[in-house]
Amino acid sequence: MSCALLLLLMSLALAMGTGAAVEIQRPRGVPLSSEQFYEENKPFTCLDGSSTIPFDRINDDYCDCRDGSDEPGTAACPNGSFHCTNAGFRPAFIPSSRINDGICDCCDTTDEYNSGATCQNTCREMGRKERESLQIMAEITKEGFMLKQQLIHEAKRGQEDKQGKLTELQGSKKGLEEKVEALRTVKETAEDPEKEAKERHLKSWEEQKELIRMEKDKTRMAEAFLELDDDADGYVSVAELQSHLELDPDSDGSLTETETQVRCLSSSSTLFLPLKSREEFLSHYQSLICDPEFIWICRNLEKEIGFDFGPSAEFAYLYSQCYELSTSEYIYRLCPFNRVSQKPKFGGSETNLGLWGQWAGPEDSLYSVMKYDHGQGCWQGPNRSTTVKLTCGKETVVTSTSEPSRCEYLMEFTTPAVCQEPASLDEVLQGHTEL
Amino acid sequence: FNSMCVCALRRQRALSLLSQDENGVVLSLGADSQRLIVSAKPFRLDIMEGREVLLSLNSRGLLAFEHLRILEDGMWEETFKSHTDSKPNGPSSISLDFSLPGVENVYGIPEHADSLKLKTTDGGDPYRLFNLDVFQYEVFNPMALYGAIPVMLSHSAQRTMGIFWLNAAETWVDISSNTAGKTVFGQMLDYVQGSSETPQTDVRWISESGIIDVFIMLGPTPTDVFSQYASLTGTQAFPPLSALAYHQCRWNYNDQEDVAAVDQGFDDHDIPYDFIWLDIEHTDGKRYFTWDPHKFPQPKDMLQGLLDKRRKMVTIVDPHIKVDSSYKIHNEIRSKGFYVKSKDGGDYEGWCWPGNSGYPDFTNPEMRAWWASMFAYDQYEGSMENMYTWNDMNEPSVFNGPEVTMHKDALHGNWENRDLHNLYGFYVQRATAEGLIERSGGVERPFVLARAFFAGSQRYGAVWTGDNAAEWDHLKISIPMCLSLGLVGVSFCGADVGGFFKSPSTELLVRWYQTGAYQPFFRAHAHLDTPRREPWLFGPENTALIREAVRQRYALLPYWYQLFYHAHHSGQPVMRPLWVEYPQDTATFSMDDQFLLGRDLLVHPVTEEGARGLTAYLPGKGEVWFDVHTFQKHNGAQNLYIPVTISSIPVFQRGGSIIPRKARVRRSSSCMEHDPYTLFVALSPKRFAQGELYIDDGHTFNFDKHKQFIHRRLFFANNALSSRNLAPGSQFTTFSWIEKIVILGASKPSKATLKTPDGKESLLEFDFDASMSVLTLRKPGVNAGVDWTVVLQ
Repeated sequence: MSCALLLLLMSLALAMGTGAAVEIQRPRGVPLSSEQFYEENKPFTCLDGSSTIPFDRINDDYCDCRDGSDEPGTAACPNGSFHCTNAGFRPAFIPSSRINDGICDCCDTTDEYNSGATCQNTCREMGRKERESLQIMAEITKEGFMLKQQLIHEAKRGQEDKQGKLTELQGSKKGLEEKVEALRTVKETAEDPEKEAKERHLKSWEEQKELIRMEKDKTRMAEAFLELDDDADGYVSVAELQSHLELDPDSDGSLTETETQVRCLSSSSTLFLPLKSREEFLSHYQSLICDPEFIWICRNLEKEIGFDFGPSAEFAYLYSQCYELSTSEYIYRLCPFNRVSQKPKFGGSETNLGLWGQWAGPEDSLYSVMKYDHGQGCWQGPNRSTTVKLTCGKETVVTSTSEPSRCEYLMEFTTPAVCQEPASLDEVLQGHTEL
Repeated sequence: FNSMCVCALRRQRALSLLSQDENGVVLSLGADSQRLIVSAKPFRLDIMEGREVLLSLNSRGLLAFEHLRILEDGMWEETFKSHTDSKPNGPSSISLDFSLPGVENVYGIPEHADSLKLKTTDGGDPYRLFNLDVFQYEVFNPMALYGAIPVMLSHSAQRTMGIFWLNAAETWVDISSNTAGKTVFGQMLDYVQGSSETPQTDVRWISESGIIDVFIMLGPTPTDVFSQYASLTGTQAFPPLSALAYHQCRWNYNDQEDVAAVDQGFDDHDIPYDFIWLDIEHTDGKRYFTWDPHKFPQPKDMLQGLLDKRRKMVTIVDPHIKVDSSYKIHNEIRSKGFYVKSKDGGDYEGWCWPGNSGYPDFTNPEMRAWWASMFAYDQYEGSMENMYTWNDMNEPSVFNGPEVTMHKDALHGNWENRDLHNLYGFYVQRATAEGLIERSGGVERPFVLARAFFAGSQRYGAVWTGDNAAEWDHLKISIPMCLSLGLVGVSFCGADVGGFFKSPSTELLVRWYQTGAYQPFFRAHAHLDTPRREPWLFGPENTALIREAVRQRYALLPYWYQLFYHAHHSGQPVMRPLWVEYPQDTATFSMDDQFLLGRDLLVHPVTEEGARGLTAYLPGKGEVWFDVHTFQKHNGAQNLYIPVTISSIPVFQRGGSIIPRKARVRRSSSCMEHDPYTLFVALSPKRFAQGELYIDDGHTFNFDKHKQFIHRRLFFANNALSSRNLAPGSQFTTFSWIEKIVILGASKPSKATLKTPDGKESLLEFDFDASMSVLTLRKPGVNAGVDWTVVLQ
């Protein structure tokens, strides 16, 4: 069978809407857009310009052009492609190797014209189904996109709230820090004269002691010291002094610590708080600033604000949420921006399938895929990881999970946050019915 | 001795007595002045041709026959780790030595991950033949692997011979040589000084039980030895054409959706494939002949989906059967008493994939008949005619058995496993292949892949080299492993492309596809724990490289099919060491990094990491070879340095040959059935070439039963290329025609005339490439099944 099918004249009813039939003729497998290159009964130049052949060599089931352009309607060229018009559905190119291979590839059956395969023209049916599903998708997209706007709005507000809260917290932290700082300064400035006064006092006290000692030296030296040095440590402490009422200035019978200070510092006007309460106050503020809870809140707010929640923060609502899917064996749990895990339904511990890594979609839709990695290690294998594919949906839900490769999980997740602005349905449908 | 067979000729000839004395007899073996000298004291046999000794038996006096004993309470028991071998007949063994004067090269006795030319075993372990499920085997090692074929070939520039030691018990083979230790200088000195010592190889076979039952194949040519061996064990099963195409396997394709997605992936990336495989996880709890109800709820829908694309599936059916009273297969085997028994008489049980398992006694013909009946479409639920079978673990593998196999004192009827261990896998594959034949009413050719095998397994399907690893050494060793199998009858051999264990680098994966595309059984496979590695997962460039390798395979399928037809017909190996075709060229004797497909294609795949070039040996003084990609001509008997890139697959066509191809590569081989042929005519320096074209329906036994095939001789001589019928008694109609004829090494004609049987003559257009001397005849258009001649003037 030498398959000398030269040229198929295609009769196509154009402009279906108007009912007017225009007849066009072009070799089998040639798209309308290339028709001008195949001029009837004129020598044909291969589309790559590599050679020129008589017109009857087009679709003669022998490959003459290196680029396969002389056999658009046969399987003769290894690199050729065949155009199916698919009226009622969507036109398509298929590799030449699928022409007459016994498998129906074009819904208009034009690829199987000589194989004996019985193909049904399914274009209209497919077109109808596609329109239906496109319509459904369009509705979902539309609603999803509206939800997304809401999400964006909420995210913006949430973000502002959080920023505000953080600013506030940071502000109050700053205020506290300033207070602490002020107190510290006060304390330090207070302490300087204190120190001086204390030193002065000690000095005079020593002198006084010396005087007393001198006075009582000869008679009571040993006794006196022993008397003062209650704990016999060889020094005379404040406490030791306090126990000696002969030193009591107000003669109330007790020598208080404040008195010792006042006594020491009575000349200084900067003193406005007892030393002890100032220390307490300072540490109170300091503890406020260093409070783990406070730090945690601040850090989380900073972390959350710093997350990449998408171009308009539309994914922010997923933060600190978790979504579950129950399969026959496991419950899968996705906590976006945090972790993915798997728990056996009938007992057994939870397995970490990955921690939030990064957005991992292709360049043109980065935010369509999430990657979670560094999960629990596999025996003789890698650490578990999960790829989450996001598709547009009205609801936020995990729709499926699988483990296509050992310890590499795949999760399908619908969310309005990935819904793109819908093209008008007419546009969508029009794009698919071109001849 | 039970018997000894000397197979020198296809036709049996009676031995005739030449002379006799009190110490022996001299018998004539018929032609070629061959004599057998039997001497009694000391016992030895010598086979002579003229004054030359071809082979001597027991010349070293190592004949041994340890007789069976009556068991004395536990006296002979042997323990290995926690296992005990009760040895009810006491220790037993048999042994015999063979001396091969003038022989320096011996081959065969697969399966070992070792060089093609067998090494001497002095000071090391002998080559061991004992079918075992070896975890992560090592290369360049004489250790036993999954299969055992106790056949050794000897070869010298003068003669090729074979020894078939028919014994299925554990067997060891020792090889020593009087020249092995000599340096090149020492050998040269011998030559110059005319040293009287001729090279000699001595071989000793030892088996644990059974009888001495040996077949000697006297050749003298490699082709003769192949025919002689085929007359003993049969020839390669002729596989369905699609089984020679590409197979996509993985442990495991998870569910029906996964299968559909992988299938679609091949179409999306325009890579052809014919078979997708399902490993053990597809079953319901490792109960073979069943499907996991969640993952594969509608197997027929899945199979129909593949059938719609003219593709096929293989499911795994292993011989270990889950002991489970709710499992039909188990209940039937148990109730029929078909299980192997333990030494105590109960059903033998061991651990394997399903947990506790029984092992059907495949040595029992009734069991095999029952097993075969389980493949009937109404028995194996969810099966369809495009579903074929894989028998793994058929050594058999017993996870908790000694050396991960069956206890030697387990009983197959009256026989201990000890006596027939290496035959178990053979019978598993046989019963399965018979089942696939029966389910089609004897019409369709089966396809069964098995891991364990024995002499004769070639009659039932394909084998592969088991659980290899994603390492360059494992890629390299795939060549000698399959060459060794081909020499002893098993042509349908392959290694897991990519390597089973571990994960290959992209370069290794690409190189493995390129190598596998030119080996008989071409299947990618991967361990459960490895990352996915379908061909399109490594970026567009690597996808393109893999696509090209697979496409080269598909284009060459007519030639592969023809080679398998010959393997089936006459026992000639498909994949051959160079010495088989160039038996006098000593340079080829230990070559195992390149090989021949049939006579006419020489393949030297790139198996070195980061290779920039390689040296291929093109044999045949005075011959020429044509690079199949560039058509460049090279002279024979030279080491040719070839610069290589990542896309290179060095392949050469022998000048003097004609190879048919189908240039229209489609998504499966079935889709290419009616496509036209392109003939590649590579002219010899004397401007001669010949080849063949074999065509049949590709999948039934009608070629055999009803002589429905086309077999034509194509020859080019005196500037004319003709097609003549080689099988006048046959009948078949093909739609295929001759699309193009490419003549390599041609000169430019003034005209080319096509003459057809109806007496018509027509001029063919042609194109001549003067730089490469390539003449392309445009569209002869003649049907591939008729006589025709093209005359160049």
